[in-house]
Amino acid sequence: MLETVSFYLFAGVLLFAALLAVTLRHPVYSVLCFLVSMFSLAVLFWLLKAYFVAVVHITVYAGAILILFLFVIMLLGFDKEPPALWTNPIRFGFAIGFSTLSLAGLLWIYKIAVCQAARPEPLSQAGTIESIGRLLFSSYLLPFEFLSVVLLVAIIGSVVLAKKEL
Amino acid sequence: MVPYSHFIIVAFILFAIGLVGLFTRRNTLLVLLSIELLFNSVNLLFVTFSGMVGNLDGQIAALFSMAIAAAELFRSKKTVDVSHFNSLKE
Repeated sequence: MLETVSFYLFAGVLLFAALLAVTLRHPVYSVLCFLVSMFSLAVLFWLLKAYFVAVVHITVYAGAILILFLFVIMLLGFDKEPPALWTNPIRFGFAIGFSTLSLAGLLWIYKIAVCQAARPEPLSQAGTIESIGRLLFSSYLLPFEFLSVVLLVAIIGSVVLAKKEL
Repeated sequence: MVPYSHFIIVAFILFAIGLVGLFTRRNTLLVLLSIELLFNSVNLLFVTFSGMVGNLDGQIAALFSMAIAAAELFRSKKTVDVSHFNSLKE
């Protein structure tokens, strides 16, 4: 009962905050709405028994990415963006049309693919740190190591781009 | 227990909202924020499918995608309008 109520509550908050984040004119408000939607999404991960993913999600999005966004906004001092509806109605109509079309397409694929799949069986184990870690360091060891190379490339690349001359 | 299909539909709607932001915003930062919304929609799908299939592989995929999102870098230029971008480095 509590699970159902919290699912609908936080799913509603998630979608509403995401909608505000893409429509509000002031960038700081957008970023703060994005923060609210990320916390609600973490609750949804928790309800799916993906505990480790939920905690990592809060750390990465609320901790790293949101702070980065706010830093850039505070440093550059963005001004308000005029609403796309009357600066460029064609693009606005295109965006609404395209996203509605893709939503319809996704629901159609879901209808023909997922509903005919096997009946969902209950998750045998919850996504705790122990079970995720055992999997990550056994069968997913190689992708995990490649990921560290990707992060290293990102660090070096940001230094190269940020320096005026090397 | 909430049925998995409701999670999937929430992820689809989140994807559509992210697409609207991707096409309507001109501010680079907010375009990036919309891309993050798309990422998160896909992460939610990964975790939901992980629950449906009954093993943890989908959660590992979601963790990898989060790590890629954390590795995103962007450079702040004097203008933040996407249409003025023509090179990665000025």
